[in-house]
Amino acid sequence: MAVTDAPKIITSRFDVADGHTLEGYVRTGGYEGLKAALAKKPAEVVEEVKTASLLGRGGAGFPAGVKWGFCPPGVFPRYLVVNGDESEPGTYKDRILMERDPHQLIEGVLIACYAVGCSQAFLYVRGEMAFAQERIAAALNEAYAAGYVGKDILGSDFSVDIVLHWGAGAYIVGEETALIESLEGNRGMPRLKPPFFPAAKGLYLQPTIVNNVETLSNLPWILSNGGAAFAALGAENSKGTRMFAVSGHVKNPGVYEVEFGVTTFRDLLYAPVYGGGIRGGKELKAFIPGGASAPWLYPEHLDTPLEAGVIGKMGTMLGSGAIVVFDEDTDMVKACLRLVRFFARESCGKCTPCREGTSWLEKILERIVDGHGRPEDLDLLLDVCDNISVGMNWPPKQTTICPLGQSATTPVASAIMRFQDEFEAYLGGPATVTVEVKGPAFVGPVREEVGADA
Amino acid sequence: MARFSEENLETALEIRSRYPIAKSATIPLLHLAQEQDGYVTDDAMEHIAELVGTTPAQVLGTCSFYEMFKREPVGTYLVNICTNISCQIMGGEELLHHAEHSLGIKAGSTTPDGLVTLEDVECIAACTEAPCLQVNYRYRHRITIEEFDQLIEDLRAGKLADEVPPHGTLARTRQHIPAERAAGNADPAGVPEPGWLARNAEGADA
Repeated sequence: MAVTDAPKIITSRFDVADGHTLEGYVRTGGYEGLKAALAKKPAEVVEEVKTASLLGRGGAGFPAGVKWGFCPPGVFPRYLVVNGDESEPGTYKDRILMERDPHQLIEGVLIACYAVGCSQAFLYVRGEMAFAQERIAAALNEAYAAGYVGKDILGSDFSVDIVLHWGAGAYIVGEETALIESLEGNRGMPRLKPPFFPAAKGLYLQPTIVNNVETLSNLPWILSNGGAAFAALGAENSKGTRMFAVSGHVKNPGVYEVEFGVTTFRDLLYAPVYGGGIRGGKELKAFIPGGASAPWLYPEHLDTPLEAGVIGKMGTMLGSGAIVVFDEDTDMVKACLRLVRFFARESCGKCTPCREGTSWLEKILERIVDGHGRPEDLDLLLDVCDNISVGMNWPPKQTTICPLGQSATTPVASAIMRFQDEFEAYLGGPATVTVEVKGPAFVGPVREEVGADA
Repeated sequence: MARFSEENLETALEIRSRYPIAKSATIPLLHLAQEQDGYVTDDAMEHIAELVGTTPAQVLGTCSFYEMFKREPVGTYLVNICTNISCQIMGGEELLHHAEHSLGIKAGSTTPDGLVTLEDVECIAACTEAPCLQVNYRYRHRITIEEFDQLIEDLRAGKLADEVPPHGTLARTRQHIPAERAAGNADPAGVPEPGWLARNAEGADA
């Protein structure tokens, strides 16, 4: 088992009882990254983050330093919006970071604002997270009083307000343009992009950087220890560490910070310090590697390293760091229905393929589970999927403004291609699948070939 | 008392003052209205529209998009049971069915005594702690059926009043920016390049 001794970059204070207070934070090296940043030119801070090759931790995995560079020169004010609207099923990391180490996030926000030249920051916390809101409010109040946030930060010419804002229950608001709409006081419906990405025209149509909570929480360490030290950890295309929430049928469900690239799925699911194996001595049937939107993986993929590039080539993603583990007894048709129901409920209704498609997927799957399915239903399901995400390829094509619709098609394609027999059990007879599914992760069961070498 | 009380109006004005464009305060003010009345009344939406400079219809449009805003009274305690994927496979659906039976109501409705409104909700970011639920947005992790029954009993007996505020109250700690520490709002129409970015040009020829 490759359980590395990589340092804890973002979860180091989880065991510090008062790590959420200013006193506990400063005592354990807090706000040193901000001081290091203020001793540099803003452009040098950007370079440091580029050297670290810090990938966004929200789901899309875009390099943070590069994203910052998309602000058009000479256009001000610029805003920073923190995406703390964590709601992808299976995902539990940003909430814990906000609750246990709010100052680390605040420090990350300050470093980003300094580097990019943002004049105001908005910290958007998911509405349902009352405790995280309390912790961040308390931390901000302390940080303002101590001179870390607000006017003339630490006696310098750097001034920025951080405003705590919270949502009110809508998964779609995790999409960055929907987040901006919500922050402007509107219904959280995504904006069409291109032509304008938030870095060019975002909040109030001004240049806006939207970064995820975990992404920003890495910045204090990077500035304190250097981008090169961060880049020395992990794999070629995925530097540093990453938080993974391992949930479902493992002995030790939990949130673990592990080194990218060196650690494998097998380590995360089976190592005693992580998942500890499948509970009750059962066999692994399948797992979701990166949140509800990610195509599923299977036992034959366990030795894959946690590395964005490698997993992308396999036709799926690490997404939001959410690994959901299914044991051999799991009803994959019901699991598929539950995931699809989520997307149907959360579709904002703006684009027809998603609004209509997700609700029809749900209805057809419900009919199957209720025992009224028809032999042609599997093809019908895939045909609906094909109209939302043409070809069901990877990376997925989309017929909609945002990726929510296409996300609903992945559990359907995964389940039908791999577990057709379970659908047939509900249908009470054989079904035919003729619609072509192109994504490389949508694979059938591994058949043992007679006479083949093991 | 459906428009903001004097005290809440003061809070509302402070919240509004933190945004360069007042309309951005819409959602926080809807939460404040829900905290005051337990749900969002039409009068409150009218008052919010006045405060943020928009129409009541636009405030309603925003309000009706978000799951957390209730436009009619709900129970003192909103019990939200997660049945999304990680909870589903760890017993979340069974927990919901038990809750429906023991409370005698379907998800989406309120007990006749007005104590509990039960909801079947989407992922609430406690996946490694499945099955989980929230009472007025306070978490209960890895909850068993026995613990659920105890929870309801405690709520009925008023034992959790300190820990769980009535429906509508979210964070009990509010942000407060002291005037002398405020950097000030960044007006989208008129903020020049921040001074510290000039450092980039310093010693450029060195």
